[in-house]
Amino acid sequence: MTDILTIDGLTKRYPGVTANDSVSLRIRRGAIHALLGENGAGKSTLVKAIFGLVKPDAGTMTFDGAPHAPADPQAARRAGVAMVFQHFSLFDALSVAENVSLGMEDPPALRDLAGRIRQVSEAYGLPLDPARRVGDLSAGERQRVEIVRCLLQEPKLLIMDEPTSVLTPQEVDRLFSTLRKLSAEGTSILYISHKLEEIRQLCEAATILRGGKVVAEADPRATSAARLAETMVGQALRPPKAAAHATGDVLLRVEGLSLPPASKFGTPLRDVALELRAGEVLGIGGVAGNGQDELLGALSGERRSAPGTITLEGADVSRLGPTERRRAGLLAAPEERLGHAAAPAMSLTENAALTGTVREDLAARGFVRWGAARAFAERVISAFDVRTPGPGAAARSLSGGNLQKFVIGREVLQRPRVLVVDQPTWGVDAAAAAAIRQALLDLAAGGAGVIVVSQDLDEVMEIADRFAALNEGRLSAPVPAADLTLERIGLMLGGAHGMQAA
Amino acid sequence: MIRLERRPQPSRAWSYAAPVVAVALTMVAGGLMFAALGIDPLAALKAIFWDPLLGEFAFYYRGQILVKAGPLILIAVGLALGFRAGVWNIGAEGQYIMGAILGAAAGLAFYPSGSWLIFPLMVVAGALGGLLWAMIPALLKVRFGTNEILVSLMLVYVAENVLASASVSWLRNPEAVGFPGSRNLGRWEASANPELIAGTGAHWGVLTALLAVVAAHVLLHRHLLGFHLRLAGEAPRAARFAGVNPGRLVAVCFCISGALAGLAGLFEVTGPAGQVNIDFASGYGFTAIIVAFLGRLSPIGILLAGLLMGLTYVGGDAAATNLGLPIAAISAFQGMLLFFLLAVDVLANFRVTRTSPPAAKAALPKTVGDHSFGGAE
Repeated sequence: MTDILTIDGLTKRYPGVTANDSVSLRIRRGAIHALLGENGAGKSTLVKAIFGLVKPDAGTMTFDGAPHAPADPQAARRAGVAMVFQHFSLFDALSVAENVSLGMEDPPALRDLAGRIRQVSEAYGLPLDPARRVGDLSAGERQRVEIVRCLLQEPKLLIMDEPTSVLTPQEVDRLFSTLRKLSAEGTSILYISHKLEEIRQLCEAATILRGGKVVAEADPRATSAARLAETMVGQALRPPKAAAHATGDVLLRVEGLSLPPASKFGTPLRDVALELRAGEVLGIGGVAGNGQDELLGALSGERRSAPGTITLEGADVSRLGPTERRRAGLLAAPEERLGHAAAPAMSLTENAALTGTVREDLAARGFVRWGAARAFAERVISAFDVRTPGPGAAARSLSGGNLQKFVIGREVLQRPRVLVVDQPTWGVDAAAAAAIRQALLDLAAGGAGVIVVSQDLDEVMEIADRFAALNEGRLSAPVPAADLTLERIGLMLGGAHGMQAA
Repeated sequence: MIRLERRPQPSRAWSYAAPVVAVALTMVAGGLMFAALGIDPLAALKAIFWDPLLGEFAFYYRGQILVKAGPLILIAVGLALGFRAGVWNIGAEGQYIMGAILGAAAGLAFYPSGSWLIFPLMVVAGALGGLLWAMIPALLKVRFGTNEILVSLMLVYVAENVLASASVSWLRNPEAVGFPGSRNLGRWEASANPELIAGTGAHWGVLTALLAVVAAHVLLHRHLLGFHLRLAGEAPRAARFAGVNPGRLVAVCFCISGALAGLAGLFEVTGPAGQVNIDFASGYGFTAIIVAFLGRLSPIGILLAGLLMGLTYVGGDAAATNLGLPIAAISAFQGMLLFFLLAVDVLANFRVTRTSPPAAKAALPKTVGDHSFGGAE
């Protein structure tokens, strides 16, 4: 009995799509097993089936020698499956111990629980103070809360969904040593990620899904990242390439930009300054919750700042709203696709009009030219290869990657002078991410300025000319990306601003 | 165990079928209620739905339907624009009253002049009365962040007191010995709002309601403002990102809905009601909320819903008179209509699935609700 989990012929159909088509999978006891695939490949559905959130239409699962058909997550947890989700479900206003207690079937007294949290967190190198309020924790610490919450159940299988997307390099290293320790103690780990290098470092087996089917089993340690990516996407990938270009005049200048936080657990912006030149990509890295949302809001015009703080091509735009800034050529694409960059229940045509009205001339004397909006949406769809039945489809019916392509494409096709994007490839599959990055590089090569706010450091390193770190609402002085190492970035993200005075 | 699963796209079929199903369910549940009251349910339903349209006295009732539906539609169209944007004006009844009072006062100031300008002046004053009354909750919300639902609702009761004071003192007909109420506006030619085509019940207010339906439809589906209204309701954050100013939107919504409610009041006071009096407030402003939702917040839907609601009013009155049905039962019947509509409405956005029964558990942060609606990835 060496397998902790065996899945045989698992099939799950949704109307119009087979999310899992006869998927079979074995996870060895104590193994760190990678689950790879593009968005829409069926990873989430498969994991949800294991965790009892989805009931498969056909197929069998065997967990720890017994048939496994959990009716709900509680049943799955009782069997010994635990899961750390990509998006945390924690209450900001409660303490760590209270949050952990809320997730338990039969919570012990808070004081005993605090002791156990401390014990587990020390044993696995996950420092955590049970009494602290979750609202004050960094993303990495929040993830630790989720992991500790799972470990308290002493799971036999731990599922981790994109765990490193919110972590600094140092935090990633720490997480990996925790996972290795767990694995050495016999806990199996099912690890879902897009980051192939990570998987090659960490995992000893990998199952690759494409279009709901298993297309390959691989040993990631013996397979190149490029080979894994090609298997995953089903085609050869071209890494984005910047055309050689010279940087030009200053397009956007931000000086002394300070803003109070928009919400109680938001981050204030403190004296942010930056300069963006024509043809340049400025990468802004930082761990989630360090002022990214606020910076994007201040640049897009959703929040106004003091006069003179934001200047676009010599004109002060600090007091202008989003529409006037778009007219002036300053465009933005926020991180949250559903509900911020796009209205979930509205069609792509309507979502094209959401930002395109001014620059694409989609309104005449106050009346929306829906024909023109539809044509614009169709142009975005075809130029960015958005997979959708058509411009009439609701935004929320698109997969994350496709909607992201639409959102970025919508701004890029409006020929911005300056484009600010936040997390442009968050949760997007490798092929789509490459296309988006290429579009941003092409935009810069055409003489626009691009600011890429991202928590994905590989992404920033790949496309940025200069790099600055956002930490607790402060922006470090930008440094040329060519001079950077991951270690140095890690230090910058941690807030050691003095270290790169040079 | 029955579970609701979010549909990737709202179902078109269900959003059209929902009102029909809701009406059917209301008939069943209402019929049971009538039976429990000791009244033959079929006779009651026939009296409510059939007699006013095709019964023996339909020639009289049909006109009444438009008289009732006119103000309901006019008010509901305005409210729906706000509701679409997530702006909750619950105080249309107060705006309706204030429109009637200000409009009547503007006209009576020139009594007994026979100028043709008086009625248009009253129309403008009526719209203004409703608009100004609606601006109170709007400005308080924008400036101080008060809750517009509470403030607009409370102002209804203020308006009712203003109405009482106008009826017994400053707008009272000086020639009516001791009786409350203003001069009869319907009998004063300059201010009268008569039936435009005899026997139809259609007065200027009904015509205005039809114009409002068309205008609101065009606004919502063709105009940028209408797009921004819908956007603000669907995704407030996306609306701000698109450049919508939330405060201005609140003001605009209250302006439109207040003015339309004021107009409805003015047409009512110059037409069917005839005078400003203490019993003028008839609940149109509240019933219009039901009409707005029954019409799925779409102007065309509201037109149909208003006619249906007018029918239940007229038919309900008839049933009360002929069958001895308590008026409260009619109100309960109308309430059921909204209740069933909202209940059936869920099916447009969610589909019902069956799952095996899990152990009942309190909502944990990491339960089904948080993650199972994510759709197929």
